[in-house]
Amino acid sequence: MFADLPLLSLVIWTPILGGLLVLATGSDRGVEARVLALVVAIVTFGLSIPLYTGFDNFTHQMQFVELHPWIETFRINYHLGVDGISMPLILLTSFSTMLVVVAGWEVIKFKPAQYMAAFLIMEGLMIGVFAALDAMLFYVFWEAMLIPMFIVIGMWGGPRRIYATLKFFLYTFLGSVFMLIALIYLYRQAGSFAIQDFHIVRIGLNAQILIFLAFLLAFAVKVPMWPVHTWLPDAHVEAPTGGSVILAAIMLKLGAYGFLRFSLPITPDASSQLDWLMILLSLIAVAYIGFVALAQQDMKKLIAYSSISHMGFVTLGFFIAYAIFDQTGSYHGAAMGIEGGMVQMISHGFISGAMFLCVGVLYDRVHSRDISAYGGVANRMPVFAGFMVLFAMANAGLPGTSGFVGEFMVILSAFKANFWYALIAATTLILGAAYTLWMVKRVMFGQVANDNVAKLQDLSGREVIILGTLAVAVLLFGLWPAPLLDVMRPTVENLVQHIAVSKL
Amino acid sequence: MNFEMPNFLPAAPEIFLLTMTCVILVVDLFLTERSRAATYVLSQATLVGAFILSLSLYSDATVVSFSGTFVLDPMATVLKLAIYGAGFVIFLYARPYLRARNMFTGEFFVLGLFGVLGMMVMVSAHSFLTIYLGLELLSLALYAMVALQRESQAATEAAMKYFILGAMASAMLLYGMSMIYGITGSLDLAEVQAAIASGVPNSLVLVFGLVFILVGVAFKLGAVPFHMWLPDVYHGAPTAVTLYLSSAPKLAAFAMLMRLLVDALPGLQSQWHDILVLLSVLSIGVGNLVAIAQTNIKRMLAYSGISHVGFLLLGVLSGSQEGYAAGMFYALVYVIMSLGGFGMVILMSRAGFEADRLEDYKGLNERSPWFAGIMLILMFSMAGVPPFLGFWAKLAVIQAVVGADLVWLAAVAVIFSVIGAFYYLRVIKLMYFDKPEQTEGLEASFDLRVVLSANGLAVLGLGIYPGALMALCVSAMG
Repeated sequence: MFADLPLLSLVIWTPILGGLLVLATGSDRGVEARVLALVVAIVTFGLSIPLYTGFDNFTHQMQFVELHPWIETFRINYHLGVDGISMPLILLTSFSTMLVVVAGWEVIKFKPAQYMAAFLIMEGLMIGVFAALDAMLFYVFWEAMLIPMFIVIGMWGGPRRIYATLKFFLYTFLGSVFMLIALIYLYRQAGSFAIQDFHIVRIGLNAQILIFLAFLLAFAVKVPMWPVHTWLPDAHVEAPTGGSVILAAIMLKLGAYGFLRFSLPITPDASSQLDWLMILLSLIAVAYIGFVALAQQDMKKLIAYSSISHMGFVTLGFFIAYAIFDQTGSYHGAAMGIEGGMVQMISHGFISGAMFLCVGVLYDRVHSRDISAYGGVANRMPVFAGFMVLFAMANAGLPGTSGFVGEFMVILSAFKANFWYALIAATTLILGAAYTLWMVKRVMFGQVANDNVAKLQDLSGREVIILGTLAVAVLLFGLWPAPLLDVMRPTVENLVQHIAVSKL
Repeated sequence: MNFEMPNFLPAAPEIFLLTMTCVILVVDLFLTERSRAATYVLSQATLVGAFILSLSLYSDATVVSFSGTFVLDPMATVLKLAIYGAGFVIFLYARPYLRARNMFTGEFFVLGLFGVLGMMVMVSAHSFLTIYLGLELLSLALYAMVALQRESQAATEAAMKYFILGAMASAMLLYGMSMIYGITGSLDLAEVQAAIASGVPNSLVLVFGLVFILVGVAFKLGAVPFHMWLPDVYHGAPTAVTLYLSSAPKLAAFAMLMRLLVDALPGLQSQWHDILVLLSVLSIGVGNLVAIAQTNIKRMLAYSGISHVGFLLLGVLSGSQEGYAAGMFYALVYVIMSLGGFGMVILMSRAGFEADRLEDYKGLNERSPWFAGIMLILMFSMAGVPPFLGFWAKLAVIQAVVGADLVWLAAVAVIFSVIGAFYYLRVIKLMYFDKPEQTEGLEASFDLRVVLSANGLAVLGLGIYPGALMALCVSAMG
């Protein structure tokens, strides 16, 4: 029944146009704006479900393809489509936005209509990034997405929000413009802006390395990888809860998605040459940033650093594929690293979103993010404590939660490449547990620390629904990741075969 | 020497505009203060009439008339149409501003129309003499317009500065033209080109001539290092005049550049290419860096305009058809954005309150979310963030530059545009993240609100579908 609809266009434009509609309802009539925003978010999520149910798990070809000429002077097309890599990320986006709309329901008092509209427009643009098969369409969505996020952090953020949002915008903008030049260069080589044409165009090694570095700058800033990660803690700390959730759950994934869609298949030889650099940066993120997280006093900052550390696993999984391929020649081993990275992306989307929502729950009540401002919260908020401990365990990679699956797959494939890689990567199991559980211990357990904590009320029904939904997702993908793996397998295997062939 | 009756038809819009302007000049003398609106209506009608005439003359053919001094080709027609459009919007934005300051006199409109005539002559020039004639007609009108606010010291100073430096630039241009005339023996652009192509003995003089010509053009465009006048004049002139200065004349200056470099001196491309590289890098760099330090939005937009001129030159210097088309596209896009930007300054201002400090934009989102949104669109567009129109203009020129194997130049341009993004973001920060100093809404006439909204939405709408405008530029460059 959905086969004839341009589903991807609907999923992109429903939230954008809906967001404009919410904007038009004005900020003084907050309730209408909220209800309308929720309706739009639910409809969008509903529209994205057929992307999963109608998905063919046995092909690596693009599905739900839409192709219309857009700007004929530069042969730019409005070209959409999804494969096993992008489809799960689109569902994650529409799912997270729904939760963010609910999470901001009573909390956002200042211009709620603009708040909701910004998130809905951002949702459409992010889905556009995942669905675009034309490089220029991708770039337009990629950059346009910065605008609502800039506004969200700047308008509803904390005391240092202006510094944080300018840093966020300029950092990511600087990263992206070099990608623009690389895309234009590829256009001159390939004769079109189609990403699939970029995949097959032959490029010399020097050009490949320059293109790879341009992409690296754009995507590494977004992921973010050490050492261009410094915008993230600032942005996370100052952003409102909803902004942090979208940043952690979706925006960071865009960078990793870029590696899979652009860097690996377009510049396989440069990726192979420079895989040591990527593995090194990933391991630094995993281990060093893990220690940094241990030292944080601010809960949001701690989770922000934990995000960087977890995203290190994602990039490690992607680039370890080359090392495995060089060592063993096994497609299967290489594919496992990439699949592990993918699973880690989805899982981190749920877990980090949930962790930021948990901090948001506390912040809405006490208006402090300092760990030292809390203690013994579990005595007053037992239901909340249950959720928080579950998500903390998942963040630490406890078997049975989704956090375990991806990390395990990446560590396992790292063993195939090099024992030491695996050893350093595995330190996260200790570090992650240390910083997450230590924070939970200080915040949740012990005696009631002060009057603020003593006055705490447990979760409202709205909050239980949000956290409960995420808890189900975390456990579901932890216990039964097969649906996710089945969806991405043909695409990942095709990708591995593609990147194993030199383009020189 | 045999005398032929020239073909007047290609110049019909110019003749019509000249006649009408003279009529308006006379009619205005007999109008009372209260019926002054008639001058405004007549001026707008003149522009509409010229638009219709030019549109009906549109064809793909190139017609040269008046003994080789006048040319009508697709580029000329498209640019003229854009100039009329810009003129129409300028007069519309300017009316409430002038009315509030007792400057609503016939002079503004008559001088404005003479300026438009000058631009039309420049755009259609096919000889050094015609170029100079058009340029002077435009410049003299502009000098007088800057000085229109007699009691304002800043405006008088700006007018003096503009006049002296402008006269100097005209002299440079004329000197350069005379050198090339001395070598090639002709003022006709096509004959100059032919003479250079067939080989002339003293190429050093040619290069000297080229340098002087480029100095003159760079001054008119406001390219670094010939930009000194621009911020002072933009700042000192009444906003309605700044609006005029910053928009349509850029189109004429672009046409002048194309006529001189591409029509007359393609033989010296390797020389002018290097000079333009220098001019554009300096303009993009200095424009973007110095704009950061500004606290006055008119000065900020002036420096931003300098950097935009640098981008425009990037298109021209790539020396290909697509580069020229990109340069033209950039010029058109810049005019649309600049009209919107200064239109916003006019919208925000009242009698006795110029709204030209950046602080005046604080908390605009709370006073008028709609116009804050329009300004947001304009600022992101100028910064080159998609999906707005400004991004496609930058894409087009960078694409041309990469096509000319100048990847390093593209990298320099984008790095400076990231630096430039900062000051555009600061305006958005003031509008959205700061609390307003004054809380009352905006008072502005209905037509200003409608057209300014349309201007801002055009930047968004053309950004989502830029294909038609791009295709127009490509076909105009044939």
